[in-house]
Amino acid sequence: MITFKLNGRDVSIDVPEDTPLLWALRDDLDLTGTKFGCGVGQCGACTVLVGGRATRSCITPMSSIEGADITTIEGLDPQGQHPVQEAWKDIQVPQCGYCQSGQIMQAVSLLKDYPDPTDEEIDGVMGGSLCRCMTYVRIRKAIKKAAAALRAQTSGKETSHG
Amino acid sequence: MGKLERIAARQDRSAGLGPTRRGFLLTAAGSAFLFGFARSAKAAPVFPQAAADLPEAGAFEPTLWCSIAPDGWVNINIIRAEMGQHIGTALARIIADEMEADWDKVRITYVDTDPKWGLMVTGGSWSVWMTWDQFRQAGAAARTVMVAEGAKLLGVAPAACVARNGHVIAGQRSIAYGDIVSRAHPTRSFTPEEMAKLPLKPASERRLIGKQVRALDIPAKTDGTAVYGIDAKLEGMVYARPKLPPTRYGAKVVSVDETEAKKVKGYIRHIVLEDPSGTVPGWVAVLASSYPAAIRATDALKVTWEAGPTAHVSEHDIIEHGRAQIANKEGGSCVFNDDGVDEAFAHAEKVVEHTYTCSSVLHYQLEPLNALARLHEGKWEVHCGNQWQSLFLPVIAKALGVPETDVVMRSYMLGGGFGRRLNGDYAVPAALISKALGGKPVKLIFTRSDDVQYDSIRSPSIQTVRAAMTKDGAFQGWQHHAAAGWPTRVMAAAFMEKGADGKPYDQFAIAGADHWYTVGPMRVRALDNDLADATFRPGWLRSVSSGWTPWAHESFLDEVAHDIGKDPVSLRLSLLISKGRNAGSAPDSVGGASRQAAVLKRLAEKCGYGRTDLPADTGIGIATTFGQERGMPTWTAGAARVRVDRRTGVVTCEKIWLVLDAGTVIDPDGATAQTEGGALWGLSMALFEGTEIENGNVRDRNLDTYTPLRIADVPDMDIEFLPSTEKPMGLGEPGVTTIAPAIGNAIFNAVGVRLRHLPIRPADVLAGLNKAG
Repeated sequence: MITFKLNGRDVSIDVPEDTPLLWALRDDLDLTGTKFGCGVGQCGACTVLVGGRATRSCITPMSSIEGADITTIEGLDPQGQHPVQEAWKDIQVPQCGYCQSGQIMQAVSLLKDYPDPTDEEIDGVMGGSLCRCMTYVRIRKAIKKAAAALRAQTSGKETSHG
Repeated sequence: MGKLERIAARQDRSAGLGPTRRGFLLTAAGSAFLFGFARSAKAAPVFPQAAADLPEAGAFEPTLWCSIAPDGWVNINIIRAEMGQHIGTALARIIADEMEADWDKVRITYVDTDPKWGLMVTGGSWSVWMTWDQFRQAGAAARTVMVAEGAKLLGVAPAACVARNGHVIAGQRSIAYGDIVSRAHPTRSFTPEEMAKLPLKPASERRLIGKQVRALDIPAKTDGTAVYGIDAKLEGMVYARPKLPPTRYGAKVVSVDETEAKKVKGYIRHIVLEDPSGTVPGWVAVLASSYPAAIRATDALKVTWEAGPTAHVSEHDIIEHGRAQIANKEGGSCVFNDDGVDEAFAHAEKVVEHTYTCSSVLHYQLEPLNALARLHEGKWEVHCGNQWQSLFLPVIAKALGVPETDVVMRSYMLGGGFGRRLNGDYAVPAALISKALGGKPVKLIFTRSDDVQYDSIRSPSIQTVRAAMTKDGAFQGWQHHAAAGWPTRVMAAAFMEKGADGKPYDQFAIAGADHWYTVGPMRVRALDNDLADATFRPGWLRSVSSGWTPWAHESFLDEVAHDIGKDPVSLRLSLLISKGRNAGSAPDSVGGASRQAAVLKRLAEKCGYGRTDLPADTGIGIATTFGQERGMPTWTAGAARVRVDRRTGVVTCEKIWLVLDAGTVIDPDGATAQTEGGALWGLSMALFEGTEIENGNVRDRNLDTYTPLRIADVPDMDIEFLPSTEKPMGLGEPGVTTIAPAIGNAIFNAVGVRLRHLPIRPADVLAGLNKAG
């Protein structure tokens, strides 16, 4: 039995320890928003947050996540309105959409490290996330838009706290 | 559909919502509701479950394509696959505009297969072009009835009414479409013949077409609720992975040893597939209680095969076979074979000839191939994303040994199509495995390396272009010979076109070469590389041959221009004349070659072609095409600015310009998105992709060695559509077509090196630089 926190709730599941987190999420926990792409950690479609860090779930064995705090696309925001998701809709980023859960989770992680990312920082962090529809121009735009929204949110909070 | 699913669907319907999380509805207990969050969108795409195919109770359905419910919601049935082109939104805009619907009350339904829908295919950039007349007529039918019935309810003559935004209006009074349906209960329906006679709105009266809109499929693609084929689940299903034979055809299973596989926890059994359709010869399927177990057990299962005859075929063998086919004057089929072409070459003062090659290209659509199959209530169900259901329903039926009417394909979002899912070969083994289990639900998923090995690749190709010319550089005749694998012969022979000589040919392995330039009598000959066809199953890949034929003729025209000392833009403009075959015709190619000239002129202005102030080793190259097909021209001109690193041979594309005339643009943002993606596919195939056949299979199997373009490789892009009210053409693929030759031509302008093979590798550039000294 492996116990961890998933989208804010405690979960225990009984799967072999070498089961990749991706398949436990998709098949045992029915959270299919996280996608299978390459299976070798090189396309980013399976990206989730483990302890707030972007992690490739297809190469993360269940044995390594005991006690961890995991967020998937379904748990990013109760209404699906995280500033990154809002920017993704405003800029009309997705085409087929299959990679976009992973892109969004990677972008959320990026913006924690780089609240005002340069193009080079975006390239460096997002370079591991393949979009076969090639929506890259819009991904870049949406990240910048989300960054601005998140900064405004943060500065708003600072103001309200005096 | 199970009881629980029916209840859920009914609840969703009564709430005015579609069952947007179809995959979850299919499972008896979706724990997504515990760990995720249930959400729904206002206007949303719907995937029906059997009964949901029917219009809602009391809804008015004037045609097959749309219905208006008493609550005012308009449902529009979409028979095209959603794979990123937001096609449901674009098509719904056409109907909604013509019927004067309230866009905020429009819903789209991606339907399952049914003979009533006619040909179900999504490819070739055809969807809007094919649906344009039909959907405008369907919208006109609904509007006609709403005005007639609304006028009665308002007590005025229909001529005193106008329809706007889901209402019939007479002066200060109005009535909503939903109220008309609930009060008048209209039942009138229209035959296709009646629909064709209905008056349509003029372009000046369009209120939705051409205006910005948010795609209906996007919200679900940002929160994990979009349901793709791979997400489909059924109670009691088992997982399967294929164990692929060493050759695509002709392999036979000699023996199977499951000793090691049995040690994998969750392994159930293996099945040697017997396939009457011949789709998956020599396949073994491995079943397990989970997909990770299926992956491991497949690796552990030992199968000995007798390989088919192509076990040692290489890319080089295939290209050389094509070269020999081109050298042989006999064979193939001619798209054009004009009188006088041989005389022109016999008497030419000068003949220019060059040969161009392209490597194999993978689809690598991000959702690996998969299908879920079962026998349910007497019907075989196949759940998967697919682009050409009408082509593979009969194949699945043949494999199962049942009539086609006993098979239904359920529709899902596609995690990328790019032509891979036009070929539904991946659905066949899922059906066969389920049959072997007595109809039990089976979910077949390919790992990425399985998916790539079984890909229907873009065939390697070889092309020779020849021009007969006068001493002062006037064209007297033209020949274009192209040899490649023929996907349409292999999978859909009945769809092949007939050449000038009456012989069938694969239009998707030559389209693009039948260009709109006036260059004297032409011979355009398509050759079926049968060694390619025998080694792998050639596929249709985004922009099909129009993704590689322009690599030949648009590079060639630049070579000729430089050779005779003419400006490449001026030379092309002098050849784009709307006369004879190139005059164009209504409704698809009104204006002909002059419209291609117009996009090229605009492009040359925008990119400053010929400017002399570029930095060292930097150049701009141009190319122009007519998009996908001569019969459906999307007039396209593209330019690329590249910088060449003389030390490493690395080519960097800094900027892409595109100017297109696609006729009427329905969804401007969707059109731009498709063109952005297409252009970057063109760039990726020019500089970053490409594999080779080695020992009968593709060499590269995953992203460790196959390296499509990533975010850091994206250049600036400037995309412009020329305004037009002509019939809309396609936009899914034309963005691809000009990029490779524009880059090749730019490299020549930057450093004087001419490259004739795709993809362009740094080593080839270095070799060219060294040769030039």
